[in-house]
Amino acid sequence: MRTWLADFDMRNAASLDDALEVLAGEPGAWTPFAGGTDLMVLLEAGKLTRKRYLNLWSIDQLRGIREDPQVVTIGALATYTDLLESRVLQDEFPLVCAAARETGAVAIQNRGTIGGNIANASPAADLPPALLIYDAALQIASTRGRRVVSYVDFHKGYKVMDLAPDELITAITVPRGRGGWIQSYRKVGARRAQAISKVCFAAAADVVAGQVRDIRIAFGSVAPTVVRCTRTEAALRGQTLTRDLAAAARAYVDRDVSPIDDIRSNERYRRTVAANLLEQFLVGGLR
Amino acid sequence: MNGEAVSLQGHPMSRLLDVLRTTLRLTGTKEGCGEGECGACAVTIDGRLVNSCLIPLLQAEGTSIVTIEGISSGDELHAVQQAFIEYGGAQCGICTPGMVLAATVLLDRVAEPCLEDVQHALAGNLCRCTGYMRIFEAVLAAVKYHRPPGVVA
Amino acid sequence: MSSQTPAIGRSVPRREGRAKVTGRARYIDDLTLPGMLHGVTVRSPRPRGTIRNISFGPGVPWDEVTVVTAADIPGKNIVTLIKEDQPYLADGRVNHAEEPILLLAHADRHLLEEARRQVTIDIDPLPAVLTIDDALAATHVIWGTDNIFKTYVVARGDVDAAWGDGVTSIVEGEYETGAQEQLYIEPNGMVAIADPADGVTVWGSMQCPYYIHKALAGLFALPADRIRVVQMETGGGFGGKEEYPSIIAGHAALLAWKAGRPVKLIYDRAEDMVATTKRHPSRTRIRSGVDATGKLVAMDIDFVVDGGAYCTLSPVVLSRGTIHAAGPYFCPNIRVRGRAVATSVPPHGAFRGFGAPQSIFGLERHMDRAAAAAGLAPDEFRRANFIKPGQTSAVGQVMRDPVDMGAILDRALALSGYHEKRTRFAANDATGAVRKGIGFATFMHGAGFTGSGEDHLASIVTLEVTREGRVRVLTASTEIGQGTITIFSQIAADALGIDVEDVDIAQPDTAIVPNSGPTVASRTCMVVGKLVESAAHALRRTLADVGLPAEGYSRDEFHHKCRVHVEQHGVLRASAQYTARQDVKWDDEKYEGDAYGSYAWAAYVAEVSVDMTTFEIRVDDFVAVQEVGKVINPVLAAGQIEGGVAQGIGWALYEDVVWREGRMANAQMTNYIMPTSADLPAIRVFFEEVPYPHGPAGAKGIGELPMDGPAPAIVNAVAHATGVDIRRIPLTPEALAALVGVAHG
Repeated sequence: MRTWLADFDMRNAASLDDALEVLAGEPGAWTPFAGGTDLMVLLEAGKLTRKRYLNLWSIDQLRGIREDPQVVTIGALATYTDLLESRVLQDEFPLVCAAARETGAVAIQNRGTIGGNIANASPAADLPPALLIYDAALQIASTRGRRVVSYVDFHKGYKVMDLAPDELITAITVPRGRGGWIQSYRKVGARRAQAISKVCFAAAADVVAGQVRDIRIAFGSVAPTVVRCTRTEAALRGQTLTRDLAAAARAYVDRDVSPIDDIRSNERYRRTVAANLLEQFLVGGLR
Repeated sequence: MNGEAVSLQGHPMSRLLDVLRTTLRLTGTKEGCGEGECGACAVTIDGRLVNSCLIPLLQAEGTSIVTIEGISSGDELHAVQQAFIEYGGAQCGICTPGMVLAATVLLDRVAEPCLEDVQHALAGNLCRCTGYMRIFEAVLAAVKYHRPPGVVA
Repeated sequence: MSSQTPAIGRSVPRREGRAKVTGRARYIDDLTLPGMLHGVTVRSPRPRGTIRNISFGPGVPWDEVTVVTAADIPGKNIVTLIKEDQPYLADGRVNHAEEPILLLAHADRHLLEEARRQVTIDIDPLPAVLTIDDALAATHVIWGTDNIFKTYVVARGDVDAAWGDGVTSIVEGEYETGAQEQLYIEPNGMVAIADPADGVTVWGSMQCPYYIHKALAGLFALPADRIRVVQMETGGGFGGKEEYPSIIAGHAALLAWKAGRPVKLIYDRAEDMVATTKRHPSRTRIRSGVDATGKLVAMDIDFVVDGGAYCTLSPVVLSRGTIHAAGPYFCPNIRVRGRAVATSVPPHGAFRGFGAPQSIFGLERHMDRAAAAAGLAPDEFRRANFIKPGQTSAVGQVMRDPVDMGAILDRALALSGYHEKRTRFAANDATGAVRKGIGFATFMHGAGFTGSGEDHLASIVTLEVTREGRVRVLTASTEIGQGTITIFSQIAADALGIDVEDVDIAQPDTAIVPNSGPTVASRTCMVVGKLVESAAHALRRTLADVGLPAEGYSRDEFHHKCRVHVEQHGVLRASAQYTARQDVKWDDEKYEGDAYGSYAWAAYVAEVSVDMTTFEIRVDDFVAVQEVGKVINPVLAAGQIEGGVAQGIGWALYEDVVWREGRMANAQMTNYIMPTSADLPAIRVFFEEVPYPHGPAGAKGIGELPMDGPAPAIVNAVAHATGVDIRRIPLTPEALAALVGVAHG
């Protein structure tokens, strides 16, 4: 391990209120620490920049998946395994389960959390594209109060979030009632497990009598943040779904993404595959 | 720890892996990558498979941990261990402890796993020697001898 | 022979298996010595330049840290190998990124990491040479006078004159292969104790104890008997622990020498990937001419490997690659030129196959293209050109093996359903989202050291017997997962007519075991195993003196006679040493003759699916048929083939070393992609067994063979699926996307 541990500290949060008190007491001094699947990798590599961590793992009130008539509420500490084992998510939000299944492998799924995945703010994260297409909202708490932010507005730029240093994401809510939509999730990684996505695609469309009544399209790994392709969605909404429309959508999505070359892939491949995946999804809607 | 209460002091962010290997001298748990990628350091915490390189000591407090040293009773090997020997599931052996633990967790959770279940359950445990074929055979063979806890034959 | 059931041919369980499945097997990082310090290496941040200054930053109690520089070396600052060009620690000049410059030791690992971070090395940069083309252009000369470590030219017939008469089809092609990381799951490591009074002892993860032994003797200017090297359980090698461990052992010992305390030096994954050797990248250019009957008339092959900044083993890798470049074919007019060049990257080194996979990739891809140009199916074309017993290879070796490549290919094609699939897949919907393809490669691999290499090694194996009749095999051959301990036990047991359980294999320790040569080159079973067998026969002859019958004795009788002999003579030992075979001729000067005593022969078939949406390639089925002589242990042998095929699939499709300024930029297991359990097809392994008279019980070598075939078979299958002409691996989705984009304008 390449870190001098003496520089670092970690303390337990006994409860959510305790955690919020600690964060409020010295704003920015303590960084929330959940499943550790990202932060511990940086610790090992000697690349962990912040020094003091607040362990949230023992706060049971941040766990659990609750069903209400209009909405499903997922505790921020729900692990990928928790998501996979949830009946309501399997039935009504299959893309969330698809994303969880494709993240890491069993040992990572047992430890990584949905809140951590969001707050880590990696543009390559697997869950966020699925959450974007389900119009997820984040419940955020601090000693100053509670607020709700629509997930589509949360990521402001590379690793920049609508989240103050004294705030915690406590839960993620997804509205129910997308039963009739066509849905698709596709993670393109370098291998079938233990992979970081090169392009991650999620989409859902409400297609009635050949017409696109409504649609959501989201990508990971093709921009500084996970992105919802609102321009492409607007261009497709209300249109009659045809092979030509599917082909034309390639040009729209090309403007909604801004991928780069990095050690995992390159811009050209990402643009091509993003367009291919969208076209394939739309053509699939014809059947 | 492997069924016994253990009390120790350490830095809260010490990796569980280092505590196991150095403080507790349980060297059967191996380090292959230090970033949760290879699974050589896999142990179970409260029955769930985890990578011990990604667990800060503070998060291990008050939990029940099982390492490779804790899965056989005396001289009697776990069914998975026995099958790994018979079917050629171990070559260099460095991935074997983590691989064996991942397989035991699968067998505890799925009564009759198919090949695809095995491939999925072991996907976080990288092996560079075997091409996995004999590991799959070993795990599927172990199903025959193994009874999950609580299941009466 | 006694009445025991033979062990050879049975899948005797791995003898150290129990220790491995229980976690009790002891690897180097499991060893702790009293008072032990930890060591780290400080490396060059630049690919090439002059060291201007080394500074030690604040916040570290430097008086507690042992610091070793080149000035602290008691003997020669040169890693003893082929050429004396590589220092243990850079002295003034750095020649590659991550070159070791400074060593640090301290008892606290965490503080040591902070110390490593606080060392700043200022380097005045010099121009770096980062590609094969730049090396050959020699605009900047970084090694010798022309950046060339070694050139070989082998030729038969008159290739320059052969292109006219009867040649109806000429095909040219250039093929490239990338670097590949061995990625043994146990990173490298050593523990050393060293002082002027007692000499140097190292324990570690390694393939070749006597390479390290020789290297340490030079580094410390000590006589051989003051150096001791002990192999711990070793978590995979694949060639990656052939030569580099000499450097790590040297570093650990230098720190221990200066600190006066034991030092453990374990690489983490990032350091192991960024600093140690990888498979040589290569470029192969082939021009072939075929006559109207589909027979090869002429082949001109130019094979170049990138050796990195120092010579290390590159000439030997080049040698094997050059000899294998012509494949299992007969061509009357052929020339192969091989060159190993210097670049400013960390030296490339041994990796399973050792140059052969590289040149065979080029050739087997070319054979499919040449077949198409000649209007023949890939199998028809190869069948017309397979080398036959009595024919002469490019290096002038008359094939005496009773080889029948046609039969091996037939079996592989039948087992894979090749012909039916080849036709069915060719009718692929050209607009389909998933396209299927099937392809194959035919190849051979020479077992043992090349040419006169085994004569020079003159390996020794000793057997000794305890009073109780337990037989101990003393060899320097290491168990690195491939099954050395088990197969040596089987060979010794059968040769002595006793149980496998009566045989122990000594831990390789240079204080105890003789020099049986390195554990490389598919030589352990065939060459050293044969010595085990010979030593066992010698032991039986010795026991004849005390009345052991030549045949038909029982195990108890054997043990009894051992006791009698030990009581009479004190010790019971027998040795065998490799002696040059009179029927194998090799001329080192002309580089001509019997390159290998024997070859293993194979045909591998790959079936693939290509997702045209994402350009992901999946291998759906893999059939591996090979003739390897007698199979000593079917489970272990199949495990060797399966593991080699998996590495070959990785090399072909996944494993991409991303270079930036001569440094591996993706030195993490997260970003350097080897296959997981979810990525591989069923690997179906079949053996043909033609006993080889000079191997133990008829066995040949198999370790490297399976690395040669997968990449060309897979790429030929992808070409079949997509119609795209592929010339380079790794064939990542990004690479295929670019090729498809080009093909479709």
